[in-house]
Amino acid sequence: MLSVKGLTKRYPNTEISAIEDITLDFPDGQVIAIIGPSGAGKSTLIRCINRLVEPTSGEIWLNETNVCNLKSESLRKLRCRIGMIFQEYALVDRLTVMENVLSGKLGSVSLWKSVRRKFPQPVVKSAFEILDRVGLLDQVDKRADELSGGQRQRVGIARALLQQPELLLVDEPTASLDPKTARQIMRLIVGLSKEYNLTAIINIHDVVLAREFTQRIIGLRDGSVVYDASPAGLGTETLGAIYGEEDWSHSTYESDNNDSDSAAASIDEKLGALK
Amino acid sequence: MNAAEHSQLRWNTRHLIPNRNVRIALKIAMITYLYFGIVSVDVNWIRVYQGAGRAMQFVVAFLSPDFVSQYELIIDGILESLAMTVVATLAGVAVGLPIAFGAARNISPKPIYFVCRAFVVVSRTFTEIIIAIVFVVIVGFGPFAGVLTLTIAGAGFIAKLLGEDIESINPEQLEAIRATGASWWATLVYAVWPQVKPRFLGLSLYRMDINFRNSSVLGIVGAGGIGGTLDIAFARYEYSVGAAILLLIVALVLTAEYISGKIRQRVQ
Ligand SMILES: Nc1ncnc2c1ncn2[C@@H]1O[C@H](COP(=O)(O)OP(=O)(O)O)[C@@H](O)[C@H]1O
Ligand SMILES: [Mg+2]
Repeated sequence: MLSVKGLTKRYPNTEISAIEDITLDFPDGQVIAIIGPSGAGKSTLIRCINRLVEPTSGEIWLNETNVCNLKSESLRKLRCRIGMIFQEYALVDRLTVMENVLSGKLGSVSLWKSVRRKFPQPVVKSAFEILDRVGLLDQVDKRADELSGGQRQRVGIARALLQQPELLLVDEPTASLDPKTARQIMRLIVGLSKEYNLTAIINIHDVVLAREFTQRIIGLRDGSVVYDASPAGLGTETLGAIYGEEDWSHSTYESDNNDSDSAAASIDEKLGALK
Repeated sequence: MNAAEHSQLRWNTRHLIPNRNVRIALKIAMITYLYFGIVSVDVNWIRVYQGAGRAMQFVVAFLSPDFVSQYELIIDGILESLAMTVVATLAGVAVGLPIAFGAARNISPKPIYFVCRAFVVVSRTFTEIIIAIVFVVIVGFGPFAGVLTLTIAGAGFIAKLLGEDIESINPEQLEAIRATGASWWATLVYAVWPQVKPRFLGLSLYRMDINFRNSSVLGIVGAGGIGGTLDIAFARYEYSVGAAILLLIVALVLTAEYISGKIRQRVQ
């Protein structure tokens, strides 16, 4: 269980907090989407959880670990337990696919071994298994910058999973991808989280994808939680509260309420089929 | 707003100095300074005329360079320059690389950063000749002073340029490796090094060029190398020998440039 209590972050030299007094519980194995406009504080929130960003105040507990008190060595141990997936994939371009995936284990492999690329055989074995699972077994020795966007994100996913994390932090995994690939990547992330029983927090712009793939949606606006419930309750009014007034009728179930799929989702699907 | 009103709007580019009068005053001041600057250079035309004669002798000497009469001195000088170049480049790169990491704000702790930056600033403030003069005073005449000079200057060169390169690496890749729980050293090896490696090799080869060229100058202040031989040749008015040495330096610099260019191409 991950618990966030009264979490506030104000960046230096800014007038207002990026996130303000956020309190949330994330039960084990839950897949959660965080939606909200640009600048709402989604990235700040998940970056506080693995301390890429230093919280200003508040508490974060990952099971029995008090995240905010950790210093160098124990902070590294915490980060080993948390996998992260990025919008721009954040692969090291000049390293191969395999090297990128293996870098997920740097926290527990000795420096001397990692410099010589001599990772323990069990680590290499599970890297192959994960690469097979994300469909990249034939790309192992390609350089990361030779891959397509979707393939690069799969490497990013494999790197995070090799950590054998308890928690996945996912920052806009689909924002740089075409609609069809975005859908496949989202399905992969959610499927793998279920398979390994991981808690996954997914920042995502795309309301349609969020509601289709997760059971719980948190809406952020100006650094505060304005919605936290199942996708079913996400109507025109709540979307208006999260993103501001607009014509939301095409992004909600309300326009198409006897079909289980939303209107916009099916349009998305058709667009995907064109690819 | 209609078309007639648009035609009333005026647009001018933004000037670095907004005040028009200040701009004009500065221009006048610059032109005046330039005029007095040119007038104040005291040219001794008689000396120039005499020198022109010597320059002619020199040009003629180039048509008949003398590689033979001082054969051994020239070979010794060239070999000494080459040895200084190789040793100083390796040593400079070895010293400069860790300082480059230290001098990159995005990966190094504040105190280390300041120490490394200080080294960069000091070593880059003085040209090689000045450093060489100091080392000649400390360790005496000879190639060792030259090697020390080029090592320090090369380390400053690598530390500054590679350090700046490290500061502009992709921060997301760095963050991603940090987020896996990797140690500082592992982050260096997996996130920083792959991004700057080609540039590092390029800079090292480039420095090799520079060191060879400098090693042919340092001899003039007594820090070893072919420059010393050249200095002696000119002091004795042996222009044909001097011409031979200069031609050899040109040939070696061109060769070195060609080879390092080829290697850099393959690396990138
Ligand atoms: N490094 C930073 N320094 C200063 N302000 C920042 C920094 N990162 C984000 N912010 C500000 O914090 C707010 C939240 O940003 P962010 O968490 O990136 O939002 P989101 O991911 O939802 O788009 C924004 O107003 C943004 O400008
Ligand atoms: Mg963001």
